[in-house]
Amino acid sequence: MNTFTELLAFWHAQADKLGQQTLQHIGLTAASLLLGVLIGVPLGLLVTRRPRLAPWVLGGASILQTIPSIALLGFLIPALGIGPGPAIFALFLYALLPIVRNTVTGIQGVDAAVVDAARGLGLTDSQVLRRVELPLALPVLFAGIRTAAVINVGVATLAAYIAAGGLGEFIFGGIALNNPAMILAGAIPAAALALAFDAALALLQRLPVRRLVRVGQSLLILLPILAGLYLLPRATSRLLAGFSPEFVGRADGLPGLQQKYGLRTASVVLAPALVYEAAHHGDVDVIDGYSTDGRIRAYDLRVLRDDQQAFPPYQAAPVVRAETLAQHPELAPVLAKLEGQISDSMMTELNYRVDYLHETPRAVAHAFLRQRGLWHDPLPVQGGIIRLGSKIFAEQYILAELYEALIRGYTGLAVESKTGLGGTNICFEALRTGSIDLYPEYTGTGLLVLLQPKAAVIDSLGGKPAAVLAYVHQEFKRRYGLEWQAPLGFNNTYALLMRRQQAEQLGIASVSELSAFLRK
Amino acid sequence: MTSSSSLAIQAHQLSKRYGSHTVVQNVSFELPAGETLVLLGPSGCGKTTLLRMLNRLVEPDAGYVAIHGQDVRTQPVADLRRGIGYVIQQVGLLPHYTVAENVGVVPRLLGQEASQVAARTEELLRRLHLPPERYGGQYPHQLSGGQQQRVGLARALAANPPIILLDEPFGALDPITRASIRREFRELEELRRKTVVLVTHDVTEAFELADRIMLLNAGQVQQLGTPRELLFRPANNFVRSFFEAEKLSLQLRTLRLTDVLAYTPTESNMPITTHYKSEYNILPPTVTIQQSIELLSTLSAKHEGPGEEAVVWVEADNSNADRALTSLSLPQLMAAFGRALQQVQTP
Repeated sequence: MNTFTELLAFWHAQADKLGQQTLQHIGLTAASLLLGVLIGVPLGLLVTRRPRLAPWVLGGASILQTIPSIALLGFLIPALGIGPGPAIFALFLYALLPIVRNTVTGIQGVDAAVVDAARGLGLTDSQVLRRVELPLALPVLFAGIRTAAVINVGVATLAAYIAAGGLGEFIFGGIALNNPAMILAGAIPAAALALAFDAALALLQRLPVRRLVRVGQSLLILLPILAGLYLLPRATSRLLAGFSPEFVGRADGLPGLQQKYGLRTASVVLAPALVYEAAHHGDVDVIDGYSTDGRIRAYDLRVLRDDQQAFPPYQAAPVVRAETLAQHPELAPVLAKLEGQISDSMMTELNYRVDYLHETPRAVAHAFLRQRGLWHDPLPVQGGIIRLGSKIFAEQYILAELYEALIRGYTGLAVESKTGLGGTNICFEALRTGSIDLYPEYTGTGLLVLLQPKAAVIDSLGGKPAAVLAYVHQEFKRRYGLEWQAPLGFNNTYALLMRRQQAEQLGIASVSELSAFLRK
Repeated sequence: MTSSSSLAIQAHQLSKRYGSHTVVQNVSFELPAGETLVLLGPSGCGKTTLLRMLNRLVEPDAGYVAIHGQDVRTQPVADLRRGIGYVIQQVGLLPHYTVAENVGVVPRLLGQEASQVAARTEELLRRLHLPPERYGGQYPHQLSGGQQQRVGLARALAANPPIILLDEPFGALDPITRASIRREFRELEELRRKTVVLVTHDVTEAFELADRIMLLNAGQVQQLGTPRELLFRPANNFVRSFFEAEKLSLQLRTLRLTDVLAYTPTESNMPITTHYKSEYNILPPTVTIQQSIELLSTLSAKHEGPGEEAVVWVEADNSNADRALTSLSLPQLMAAFGRALQQVQTP
């Protein structure tokens, strides 16, 4: 019930965005369907005329269909970049199989005697195709378009990951923030769209063939119009920002920036893994990132100074279940070995090696430990398992590897890794409910995402690292029985990043300057 | 003997193979305009393939076809087909077209005026016992098999092509419908003047409709000739055995009164004056034995008085005046038929 009211409130607050995303969603689906029909139908016809091609065309389309959609988008990024182009192309590839297959089935299903008679009467090949085969294959062909439409409405949610918009923006924002109302805000309209497409095409499919021919023709006119919805003007500004879904929804992310700096910028939503690439390639100009990210170095990006402290301190430290510490007293001293060991620049360097040089997190972690003289070969296991969690980016993987190596090297405990646990909330819930025993967290995240104290409390902490750590330590223990251990030393805070060259050209070094530039 | 221009169809040394299987082998024939040729043979003998070569639905591997003296390869295939009516066993009506639209397909392709097409369609439907006001707007699936085949026939005739090709047109119909449509077909004025090539495996049908029959087996012509030639002077054992099962029935249908009159017994049983003549029992000499027997049995069923025999009166060939009439009773007819058969069959 609560979620329901939240949902309505969310829709109410984001009505503009909901409308825009819905139109974009319809646009993406229609554009890809149009391409699918324009290319899939002739391809299907070709197969019926040259049956030898059938295994190649149908097999190829089937293989495309089996590629997980998110992976397909990933494959397309190097070739087509981000934005609507690759999104529509990927959706088109998914639409291809049902349309090609149903074209073939439909044409092959036309009574051979009817075709034979038509040819015998003196209809030319193209007349046979246009007046006999296509009209009679239309019901089956429509079924294919219907399947493709429903698939594409679903897959189009993923377009939000590559800055192509659509209802996926809410969904992925909601997933990143574990905000069910926000997930539903995108998922419900997406499902409704799928049902509407399905129902509309199902109705058409049942029409008599002659009406269907006319409907098919009008569909060919209607689809480009629907696809055109995508082109409706969107908000623009002098610079285009690309933000990850979590950043857009988090209180200490974009909303905080807007509040503190009055930042107004047109933005697209992007998969977290893609924002740096997008900035690097100039698809977007401003991105959110982490101040220790290796790609800052790799892509020559500039971290904009947070001169008004919109982003709170984000010191990294392991958070451990109190029970685990009590059960395995040898654990705490091992975790403490990393206290203050990693500076911002060191963490950036480690991240760079993983993100950009593609070394494995494990190799990087082990090399670091050896260099610091902390390495110890694993001890024989004497019982007890520590379940280690991490979120789904390189730094967390490295930290998890560091802890795993230390625990194995200095205690007789076994380690089970559960890395890649999606977002903050998934990790935190896993820890709270005892699915994992510890994971590395950041003080700012603990404060703003998990504890969510009143504004007065946050102000009282004044953005001071020690105060924030003390507060989260106390509150986590009190509320959840979770222990924050000593921080590792670096501060991985949210940061706004721009390409160094562009930032220098425009004279932007801080968020205030960015905000001022955008208001000009 | 005929100049090539009055020949509707010439087939010269046609051959067709599918892979290693020869379907049609060196088949030639010439068909004068207005004649009906029946391609007859067992399933798989190549008769349908042969027919489909005539309108280029199948391209021969060797040989050629000329229509009205012109090689079919010298004109666009669609034009060729629009000038040749085509009827198939499965009918193949366009399911999304109404009956009237189906009939009007070819005239419309030929660019005829809508009003002209409509008039022609109505005329044909009416002639084929499908009142256009009732059936014109119906779709093929609403019709019975026999009605569909009539529409198929109307469609083939719509543009008034001089040549009609029919591929087992009555094959899918039940026996009663088949018989009635075949009769309509035979009596259809439209078809009398046309050159017709008809494929069938039904021997009776072939004999009933053909001017000439081409009997095929395994892609080769076994014999080409009139029904009478095939029946009484079979070229080989295949031809003989092909008709063996229905021999008597075919003989009854093939021989006419004029063939047997010469063998009527004259010595006794001279016609008695009490045998009256009426319009019901006078027959022209062109009537088949089968038809004569049918009439005689009907007559004797009517008046079965003892000693009174039913007779028919046969007009003389030159048919002038009463005097030329010859009376014939059933026993007389059968005896004459038997003798005639002996004569015809001895070479």
